[in-house]
Amino acid sequence: MEKLLQVNQLETQFTKDKQKLKILRGVSFHINKGEVLGLVGESGCGKSLTSLSIMKLFKGTSGEISGGSISFKGEDLTHKTEREMRKIRGKQMAMIFQEPMTSLNPVMKIGEQLLEPIRLHLALNEKQAKEHVIFILKKVGIPRAEEIVYEFPHQLSGGMRQRIMIAMAMSCNPQLLIADEPTTALDVTIQAQILELMKQLQREEGMSVLLITHDLGVVAEMCDRVAVMYAGRVVEEANVFDLFESPQHPYTKGLIGSVPKIGQRKDKLTSIKGNVPDPGNMPKGCKFAPRCNEAMAICLEEEPHATDLGNGRMCSCWMIEEGRKNVYA
Amino acid sequence: MPETLLKISGLKKSFTLPGGMFSKKRSLKAVHDVSFGIEQGTTYSLVGESGCGKSTTGRLISRLLTPSHGEIWIDGEEISQKKESQLKLVRKKVQMIFQDPYASLNPRMKVREIIAEPLVIHTKRSKAERNHLVSEMLEVVGLTEHHADRYAHEFSGGQRQRIGIARALIMKPKLIIADEPVSALDVSIQSQILNLLKDLQTEFNLTYLFISHDLSVVEHISDNIGVMYLGTIVESGPKDVIFSNPQHPYTKALLSSVPVPDPRLRRERIVLQGDLPSPVNPPSGCRFHTRCPACMDICRTVEPEVKKGLADDHFVACHLMD
Repeated sequence: MEKLLQVNQLETQFTKDKQKLKILRGVSFHINKGEVLGLVGESGCGKSLTSLSIMKLFKGTSGEISGGSISFKGEDLTHKTEREMRKIRGKQMAMIFQEPMTSLNPVMKIGEQLLEPIRLHLALNEKQAKEHVIFILKKVGIPRAEEIVYEFPHQLSGGMRQRIMIAMAMSCNPQLLIADEPTTALDVTIQAQILELMKQLQREEGMSVLLITHDLGVVAEMCDRVAVMYAGRVVEEANVFDLFESPQHPYTKGLIGSVPKIGQRKDKLTSIKGNVPDPGNMPKGCKFAPRCNEAMAICLEEEPHATDLGNGRMCSCWMIEEGRKNVYA
Repeated sequence: MPETLLKISGLKKSFTLPGGMFSKKRSLKAVHDVSFGIEQGTTYSLVGESGCGKSTTGRLISRLLTPSHGEIWIDGEEISQKKESQLKLVRKKVQMIFQDPYASLNPRMKVREIIAEPLVIHTKRSKAERNHLVSEMLEVVGLTEHHADRYAHEFSGGQRQRIGIARALIMKPKLIIADEPVSALDVSIQSQILNLLKDLQTEFNLTYLFISHDLSVVEHISDNIGVMYLGTIVESGPKDVIFSNPQHPYTKALLSSVPVPDPRLRRERIVLQGDLPSPVNPPSGCRFHTRCPACMDICRTVEPEVKKGLADDHFVACHLMD
């Protein structure tokens, strides 16, 4: 299968009071053409920052990529200038954010906002561009599209706004869609509508999607493959069936066990003890070791390496690395 | 026969929206005729989407709001129209846990003061006694004595929620109203808090009114469930009936909307059309008829009555039950 995006050992840091704080500490994963990759993890693990790094959206922050590479269609994005990135953003890769209200311009009519990327990236005259706006709005299931273009974001409901965001992202037929918690702010019945829409559009257009979420239910429903992040690194990567059926990393196991499942009568949920470590005060060794029930002496000393388990599976855990050594010894 | 601790009937609350220069005052019916009861030592959950009135119901029962109509009986006492001065005794019995552990703790108070505040208000205990009780309570919620002299900002979300729980428990209340207590937490922390709430219930024979939008959490923690839509309870009953054999079309749609963390499961999903109508101007007849996949003519004009469903304690408000 052809790889569309390959992120390799990506490091992103912020500078605060002359101190450098590395938030992404070597993130590696890839997305194939036409596939949905889920990026999961808890707050503060760096999943949103990964997406912002891919798009190089650091304006107004001290954030910078300090290592690794992002290869998109064979080209390294890390050395691209802002001017070059602007040609890629919106056209070849587009993004949907969590909060549709704060990501739409409140004083701009819907139609005008949708025209922006189209006028910027597609060679259409004004009439064609306007027709394209209506076409794309109908595609995302907006009723009375001809009238909505003259309305403002505040006149629409949360679900409708998210449809507008999707329409904007889809308007230039991007090859990669990055969706950062696209349904987290929505009610379940509206979430179901939006997920259904995203699935249908993804199938029709054959685009690749990087879906960032903390909801394992959404992952199971939408994704082909999953990368699990913890403390600024991908700790496990697998296809969605393997991940849910035989999670390898203790963190993945804990995460799956923590979610109450409808229909499963369990008196007690498995929980992960402790809290996510603070990026300024990371433990030595494996960053999950202080919360891990199976931590060994080596886990507290050294960080494990990514081990290839075959069939596209990767896992960074000393239990697996050590286990492998024993097999070969 | 277990004792009924809380009984509410015909509860209504409307808010008046201020009119502008060109618009009239409007009334928003947030809660429209809600009735249910909770037995001692059990958990009753109110579920529904945003704006359905579940939080308002919780606030009416804790009397942070005064109902427009209806009765609230707690522990054999009617409190719906009591004055603030008479409510002090009620507040000892009813405590709340809030959604946002960042906003519900005073940033300028030490944890010890936060947890001891109910004791200061309701009892005449000495400082030494209060400190002793606070230490005990910290143990109970899984924190330690040396956390007591720190401020709230020094804690993570999960730990703050534990502090909120300690504050709610210190008066040994009978009823705890938990309004989305785990929605702001990450899943691994969420499960810690849910386990804690369950343990505390067994230990202290607590009664919970649990308010949540997350059906999987609700299924895990509840004994009985009320499903709310636009200010009314459309279906209520024991957890097993609601989850395995829902009758109301809204409950069915709500259940099928929840993404299940199992990739092998590919289900037929009922996707509801349209958005939640505004409670300022609710639809006529059955309030759900604008989005209902099984809407009939009668639903547009006549509000359905609450009828007995599949079990004695299972109730459905839907014309399809006729």
